[in-house]
Amino acid sequence: MTEGRLQAAERAHRIGGVILAVESVSLSFGGVKALSEVSFDVREHEVRAIIGPNGAGKSSMLNVINGVYHPQKGTIRLQGREFNDMDSHEAAKMGIARTFQNIALFKGMTVLDNVMTGRNLKMRASFLEQALWYGRARREELEHRRAVEEVIDFLEIQHIRKTPVARLPYGLQKRVELARALAAEPKLLLLDEPMAGMNLEEKQDMCRFILDVNDHYGTTIVLIEHDMGVVMDISDRVVVLDYGRKIGDGTPEEVRGNQAVIDAYLGVAR
Amino acid sequence: MNVSFFFEVLAGGLLAGVMYSLVALGFVLIYKASGVFNYAQGSLVFLAALCFVSMLEGGVNFWLAILITLAVMVVLGVVIERVVLRPLVNQPQITLFMATIGLSFVLEGISQIIWGSQPHGLELGIQDVPMEWLSEKTNINISQFDLFAALVAGVLVAALAVFFHKTRVGRALRAVADDHQAALSVGIPLQHIWTIVWAVAGFVALVAGLMWGARNGVQYALTFVALKALPVLILGGFESIPGAIVGGLIIGASEKMAEVYLGPAVGGGIESWFPYVLALAFLLVRPQGLFGEKIIDRV
Amino acid sequence: MLYREAGQFKSSYAEDQQIFPILQDRIGMIVLLAVAFIVVPTIGNQYWLSAILTPFLVVSLAAIGLNILTGYAGQLSLGTAAFMAVGAFMAYNAELRIPGMPILGSFIIGGLCAAAVGIVFGLPSLRIKGFYLAVATLACQFFVLWAINRVGWFSNHSSSGVITAQKVEILGYTFATPVSKYLLTLSIVTVMALLAKNLMRSETGRAFMAIRDMDVAASVIGIPMMKTKLLAFAISSFYCGVAGALYAFCYLGTVEPEAFTLDLSFRILFMIIVGGVGSIMGSFIGAAFITLLPIFLNLASDLIASALSIEIPHAIVSNVEAIVFGGLIILFLILEPHGLARLWQIAKEKLRLWPFPH
Repeated sequence: MTEGRLQAAERAHRIGGVILAVESVSLSFGGVKALSEVSFDVREHEVRAIIGPNGAGKSSMLNVINGVYHPQKGTIRLQGREFNDMDSHEAAKMGIARTFQNIALFKGMTVLDNVMTGRNLKMRASFLEQALWYGRARREELEHRRAVEEVIDFLEIQHIRKTPVARLPYGLQKRVELARALAAEPKLLLLDEPMAGMNLEEKQDMCRFILDVNDHYGTTIVLIEHDMGVVMDISDRVVVLDYGRKIGDGTPEEVRGNQAVIDAYLGVAR
Repeated sequence: MNVSFFFEVLAGGLLAGVMYSLVALGFVLIYKASGVFNYAQGSLVFLAALCFVSMLEGGVNFWLAILITLAVMVVLGVVIERVVLRPLVNQPQITLFMATIGLSFVLEGISQIIWGSQPHGLELGIQDVPMEWLSEKTNINISQFDLFAALVAGVLVAALAVFFHKTRVGRALRAVADDHQAALSVGIPLQHIWTIVWAVAGFVALVAGLMWGARNGVQYALTFVALKALPVLILGGFESIPGAIVGGLIIGASEKMAEVYLGPAVGGGIESWFPYVLALAFLLVRPQGLFGEKIIDRV
Repeated sequence: MLYREAGQFKSSYAEDQQIFPILQDRIGMIVLLAVAFIVVPTIGNQYWLSAILTPFLVVSLAAIGLNILTGYAGQLSLGTAAFMAVGAFMAYNAELRIPGMPILGSFIIGGLCAAAVGIVFGLPSLRIKGFYLAVATLACQFFVLWAINRVGWFSNHSSSGVITAQKVEILGYTFATPVSKYLLTLSIVTVMALLAKNLMRSETGRAFMAIRDMDVAASVIGIPMMKTKLLAFAISSFYCGVAGALYAFCYLGTVEPEAFTLDLSFRILFMIIVGGVGSIMGSFIGAAFITLLPIFLNLASDLIASALSIEIPHAIVSNVEAIVFGGLIILFLILEPHGLARLWQIAKEKLRLWPFPH
């Protein structure tokens, strides 16, 4: 499917210290326990996969990291800063970007505009300056356009930059969503099933892009994925969730051999 | 504070609220079945009343006039469904709402071209005078007409409740209100259902039109009754029949009380905006209304 | 063949981001402005200038305001006329009570007061959406009109309720003739339209559109929901406020609440539906359409009346007008929800190929 992971020595960005620590996070909705005492960490520059059967709580985990849900117990520690009631807006400010399972693009805008919205936190000019299209506002607009064009080049979507996103096929929409997340120059990139609904060719492209992002920009990536081949090939470490609990944590090889994980996926009678 | 006066105002307000509920019921029916907020409901009330009263004045028998008007409303419902709603079937709610605004203009224009724009009086045989035995005993004046209106509303709501819960068509309507796709997949004919709904809403509009016409006369101002129904719906929830009643009662009562007790302090005329501000305050606390369903935004 | 962008390459991002990137559009715009500023005042007759063109410009400005709020930011508003009323009355009061206040300053104060009211009635938008929000704006419409009517301060305790607008005087020159009022209105509207266009193609515009399309996602990527929504209400109401001041000072000559009814709010909403939501150009097109339609209908009914030698009562004409308005709205919503602006764009795309079929 893809080339194997580069050896540790060959990586452009070596895996560093812990950038994100999830500590004993528990999350419930009413009576339903989505997550129970989940703890794991994510190291800088690595690609971390979260896998597990449907309903295991993977999306909820991403939503907690992102600030969309607030856990009842436990903390999230991002680069040393502790928080568990941060909202998603502050998470974005702290350098977390994400894509969504069901594409969350702005359907009324073009590709270029959508990716430009990813730069919104970096824009400083006030609305008055923008109205006058003068000085700082004008400079900023051009400067950020330049940065966005680099991302567009990187993800090979130049040919559709002026197309309204609603007209694009599903695979390209997912790529545009990735571009928007990248445009924010995030420290931590959360990808929620980036390859869902794609055919083999699209998956290969997406894998290539994800790896390129990690190699070129050094972005730390946490992704949820169902395709085992993809997970084994592109991730450095894997977390396995089942019924809201962590049942496996380690390199792909370690997790592959873990009996509990095998049981969860094959559905052994309990 | 005069206690009997207070009760008089309260009762008057509650009964006025019943009148609002009658109009709100039409909204709820259409919203329940097709998810469309029908701004044109007020125009339908106006049209029904105007059609009926013109026939009465032309010498047509009372009950025959009702039947004919009912038929007109049904046909109108079919036409509206086919011409306005069907082409817009998958559009967002806002688009449909704006289309019904356009529809209200069309209906008002047509009504006044066909039947003219002079006000008409409407006699239903019940006078708008206080009930004598009550005012003699307790010094509280409650209009006979208001009570009659409350009775009519009660019967209507009961009939609708039976219709929705005990008949097959009613059950189909509730299914459609819940989930169009699912209803289609079990074989419920969506178009027929929507036609029935608009017909029933037309009937409700006729009743409301009769009551309001008898009370205020059949004139253009009747269309603005629809605007008053909006706060009622917000309070009661857009999808709930009991909500329309309860909401109407609350709005009617609070409007009258505010006008009588708060009005003099600020120069009067509060009625034009008080229900809206009340509804607004309510929206901030409980957006789905008293009986509505919670709105969940998923990403 | 005339309208082709072949050969017009953009070699910098600045060029790519112009308001009119195609040369023919730029020329067209310059010609249009020349006609508006030079030709029309010279040859236009008084009636057209004062009764049609000036109000057209004023409601275009209000339509731009509503478009910013409803078309770009997706917050449905039925209170446009109320914001205009605030602008008109506060401009009147500023002119009246602040000695030596230049008239343009009064207009701006009117706009700022309208913006403040807009923010207050926009606060519910943080919790409610869609047509629930429309109800909140209806509350605004009714409340503001009631307040202006009841609170004597606004109309300077005038007993008749109808106040004459003060004369418009800038640097000693009095704008009293239809031509001068037209030119003043044209200048103000042109400048404000340009500012609006600039705003909508920068980050603010993108933030508005993001809130309109999917506000939860917008918030997740860092766009502040509350600030953005309130900013949309503020800017939109400012535009409507200035439009209201112009309406009173340069068109009606009086400042009265009856000029700012719910009917006007609907009319402006119709303008942006017909003209094109989310388009500054569309606001003008829609305003022209809705302003000219009654005139056209009157002409048509006169022609029919004289051709058939019958009397068509005025009531019939105004009802037909209502039917046509309503019907047009429904038609546009069904056929082209993006209004005439989109139809114009499609026409331009066809023009690129003309006279070739493909």
